[in-house]
Amino acid sequence: MSLYTLLGALEIGLIFSLVALGVYISFRLLRFPDLTVDGSFPLGGAVAATMIAAGYDPFTSTIVATIAGAVAGLITGWLNVRLKIMDLLASILMMIALYSINLRIMGKPNVPLIMEPTVFNLLQPEALADYVFRPLLLVFVVLAVKLLLDAYFSTQSGLAIRATGSNARMARAQGVNTGLAVLAGMALSNALVGLAGALFAQTQGGADISMGVGTIVIGLAAVIVGESLLPSRKLYLATIAVIVGAIVYRFFIALALNSDFIGLQAQDLNLVTAVLVTVALVVPKLRAHWSGKKGN
Amino acid sequence: MLKATDLRLTFNPGTPIETQALRGMTLEIPTGQFVTVIGSNGAGKSTFLNAVSGEQRVDSGTIEIDGIDMTRLPVWARARHVARVFQDPLAGTCEDLTIEENMALAKMRGERRGFSFAVKPALREEFRAQLATLGLGLENRLSDRIGLLSGGQRQAVSLLMAALQPSRLLLLDEHTAALDPRTAAFVLELTVRIVAEHKLTTMMVTHSMRQALDVGQRTVMLHQGRVVLDVAGTEREGLDVHHLLDMFEKVRGEEIDDDALLLG
Repeated sequence: MSLYTLLGALEIGLIFSLVALGVYISFRLLRFPDLTVDGSFPLGGAVAATMIAAGYDPFTSTIVATIAGAVAGLITGWLNVRLKIMDLLASILMMIALYSINLRIMGKPNVPLIMEPTVFNLLQPEALADYVFRPLLLVFVVLAVKLLLDAYFSTQSGLAIRATGSNARMARAQGVNTGLAVLAGMALSNALVGLAGALFAQTQGGADISMGVGTIVIGLAAVIVGESLLPSRKLYLATIAVIVGAIVYRFFIALALNSDFIGLQAQDLNLVTAVLVTVALVVPKLRAHWSGKKGN
Repeated sequence: MLKATDLRLTFNPGTPIETQALRGMTLEIPTGQFVTVIGSNGAGKSTFLNAVSGEQRVDSGTIEIDGIDMTRLPVWARARHVARVFQDPLAGTCEDLTIEENMALAKMRGERRGFSFAVKPALREEFRAQLATLGLGLENRLSDRIGLLSGGQRQAVSLLMAALQPSRLLLLDEHTAALDPRTAAFVLELTVRIVAEHKLTTMMVTHSMRQALDVGQRTVMLHQGRVVLDVAGTEREGLDVHHLLDMFEKVRGEEIDDDALLLG
């Protein structure tokens, strides 16, 4: 595997670590199985690409894309909290609604960004090659997001969101408006996914209507791989684990696809994902099984 | 002061399993009084407690606390005035959060939660001092997940949590029922101490007649969704479990066949 592919894998891994952090918030902290991300990821891409192609500043476009993601999460939360639609179903409804919305936003199945400015090429110093600078910038973005999340989830309102996911009855008894907490958590989660979509479109040369397919599986895979590598209940370690999980996952995908002797091709990606997630799910159980035997 | 007036609640109305859980339940608890509530299974104790906490909406009747109408408010909005300890030790705390995070949640009960850090050094010292009064060594385990604690320990912390923030009413829902006898005695002792220390208006639902007579200043017995016995003062002091049973039979004019009432 060349340095170029390695940095490419790192770049995509970092972008998907934002998705994974979002998925961690919904699945783990809120215990809300949220498939909206399959729609909010391309939503972020569609908004950013369409705005940039229309001549807007890439930074503004990225921020608007992030907000669009938040709104998508908010609506899923609202469907669940106010209309009492089952969480999983509410998110599926939002996901398919977003397919149409994304097509409407783009006006066509894809919006290419070839010569247009992006947040990456606007910030890029002369001395660095683009494929080196992009992952470098992303490391800073991801670290900033991680630290902000760690800080937020130890504030009073962040704690209220975690309590809602952990024990909603207790949270209510302590005066937490749990409905509002779900809305806030879902908005935050999908904002991160929208941001990831916007950055993905800007690194991959445009947005495509099908770019969201399987986002949730990749996000979950990253969370699960991360948790198996660095099992911890402490939040600041868990967020690190999730980021590492996303990068490791991407690295293994690249490795699998670039090793000729295995004979895998790009279309095998989803199969590889499924196998990786299965392994990541089974290994901790086997480990517990073995150590349990030793204990006896 | 709690003022519950003519509460009525029917589960599954119009079906073969229709149950009238509350039938004109009326109870006033003056400020500062510690009331124990007993009754057989299905007497409406839990339903009444849930109606006061807001987990269960009533069909009719009103619930006022210090003159504030609570009848239509959701649980989280009542939490400003009402503190609660659950029967299940696991229900009253968040197992994924640390001891100090759980206490920080309770410290803000009923208040606006903002963007300042939930656990600050000054608060941590307060929690540490509170936990030290338990004598369980928990003051050195502030950043341990509360899920690592035993049921009794969690229930003791829940009690502390209930008193971290002033309340107009403390609800105790058979909070010693799930504990072994020694731990239950410890938690009950702690309850009496905390209620006295903070002069809390308290309603304690219990399965044990012994407990109901031993603690608090007044005992109320429920049957079929309303109050059938209400004793306090000297009349109550002279009572034993057997007297209570006799009085209950007299009032109801029927035999008590529920062993649960005799236990404890």
